[in-house]
Amino acid sequence: MSAAEEVVAEGHQAVEAVPKRAMTLGTGTSLVVLAALLIVPVFVKNFIIFQMTMLLIYGLAVLALNILTGGSGQFSLGQSAFYAVGAYTSAVLMEHANINYALTIPVSAVVCFGFGYLFGKPALRLSGVYLALATFALATAMPQLLKLNFLEHWTGGVQGLVVTKPDAPFGLPMSQDMWLYYFTLLVTIAIYIFSVNLLRSRSGRAFMAIRDNEIAASSMGVNVALYKTLAFGVSAAITGVAGSLGAIAVQFVAPDSYTITLAISLFLGMVVGGVGWLPGSFVGAAFIIFVPNMAESISKGLSGAVFGVLLFLVIYLVPHGARQIAILGQQLAGKLRKN
Amino acid sequence: MELFTNQVLAGIATGAIYACMALAVVMIYQAIDHLNFAQGEMAMFSTFISWQLMQWGVSYWAAFVITLIFSFIAGIAIERILFKPLAKAPVLTNVAGFIALYAIINSSAGLLWDFTIKQYPTPFGSAPFLGSQLISTHQAGMIGVTILLLLGLYFFFQYTRIGLAMRAAASVPESARLVGINTSWMIALGWGMATAIGSIAGMLIAPVVFLEPNMMGGVLIYGFAAAVLGGLTSPFGAVVGGFLVGIFENLAGTYIPGVGNELKLPIALALIISVLVVKPAGLFGRHIVKRV
Repeated sequence: MSAAEEVVAEGHQAVEAVPKRAMTLGTGTSLVVLAALLIVPVFVKNFIIFQMTMLLIYGLAVLALNILTGGSGQFSLGQSAFYAVGAYTSAVLMEHANINYALTIPVSAVVCFGFGYLFGKPALRLSGVYLALATFALATAMPQLLKLNFLEHWTGGVQGLVVTKPDAPFGLPMSQDMWLYYFTLLVTIAIYIFSVNLLRSRSGRAFMAIRDNEIAASSMGVNVALYKTLAFGVSAAITGVAGSLGAIAVQFVAPDSYTITLAISLFLGMVVGGVGWLPGSFVGAAFIIFVPNMAESISKGLSGAVFGVLLFLVIYLVPHGARQIAILGQQLAGKLRKN
Repeated sequence: MELFTNQVLAGIATGAIYACMALAVVMIYQAIDHLNFAQGEMAMFSTFISWQLMQWGVSYWAAFVITLIFSFIAGIAIERILFKPLAKAPVLTNVAGFIALYAIINSSAGLLWDFTIKQYPTPFGSAPFLGSQLISTHQAGMIGVTILLLLGLYFFFQYTRIGLAMRAAASVPESARLVGINTSWMIALGWGMATAIGSIAGMLIAPVVFLEPNMMGGVLIYGFAAAVLGGLTSPFGAVVGGFLVGIFENLAGTYIPGVGNELKLPIALALIISVLVVKPAGLFGRHIVKRV
């Protein structure tokens, strides 16, 4: 079958094309955000530091989905499976092999890359809702697979595994929470810079060409199969790192923490942050962490409904997510400068 | 062999439910090009309405008809109020809207009727069907209703003006508008019909799974799977897909060692994906050739 005759299930693009500029924040804004992230933990309670850590971790997972969907136009509901693989890789290595937590993170990135790449292969022929169903299958199977008998020795079965929280190294005068926060921040910054550069590179342009028009991309010489699976691999690797960090921060892994609900949350985070806009991932992460709690505090019985209404409000006001606000802000700042 | 026939028949019976749900999924997919993730919850809510009516002393069939009308109007209202403003928003934003709708309906049903399991009556009775021990009259009734529904839809879409208009609006909206079809209302009509079909599925399955706010979770997933397997553009395919998924799910649970109830769903999904890799548009789906 030649590419030109390729049969697709859907008449429309799975992901709408987005303006190419403004995929990241400006330098000035980035520095302000970075400074805030560095300084705030010194002044707040441990619990808030923990929540900020979780925000960075979920932000990374949303960022990974954003590279896959916003970058290469492939839609995945199976991110929770990659997150689980990362979390379990770290937990098993730390608890059974006594490997240092920091060293488990690159290992889980490699493991998840392989996992994502292998999953991306058969998924190549699927797109749109069909790909969503395939990834959904992966997400529903994962908790069951982790409970399987012959893995129980390693995974702890239904009970899961307890992970020890690391102390600050070199005798630094820091609480465990605070050290873990700075460690997570370091990893997050590294991955963020990597992602920005990836999307600006040749490979990133290939991703976007595939997203905007697969047939045109392949006729221009882009190896569609290679880049699509590569996008899956990279996305899985970053999600896996987030999973590892999550396991260390929560100090516990269990099959039922990684259900389809997690995958749906990550998806909502991406939409709220703005598809294809990397900084939005962290705004979306804040939404999926804090809004359910807020809904709970407004009404216990109706927390789901309150969450739903808030979500509707957000998508009515800014259908393109937080990036829309950012673009508006930019235009406003530009006008002010002119006056 | 007897075990095999038993499992196949039981599979056909559950398959009828999936087929109904898949029909509703395909109806909405035809109208708006999206999978409605809240479809199961909408069906659950309708079923609760009929249950409430019966609690107030309305007879089964009267409650059935009132619920159908209610669902039809509610479906149209949801489209007009919630999703019409999102028509120009990106696809993924629409999907987020469906998830929000899911959360709202699930949580309101929980508040109105709480999460305890409720009995739901069957109009067909639960005696063995025609003296056979294999399926009950209720299961036979479900299969019958599904087939009637499919025939009804076939005649509606094939032989009525409004059915033709709906098909036109779904396949080529621009041209349909040029010949004077109000495509926006056709979409709303699609929502109404899908919601009504979903409510039939809900009322048929409630005697089997019992009535509670989370009852449709599993069913909807199988319904999606069935719709995708049969081809999202074909109501007939959706029904065939529903029966196939039902049968396969039962056989996998019985014959593949170590599967049991927990892994039934992943195995069924894995099979569907393998089918899709060979036939990407589903078994009966329409192939669309993409242009650059």
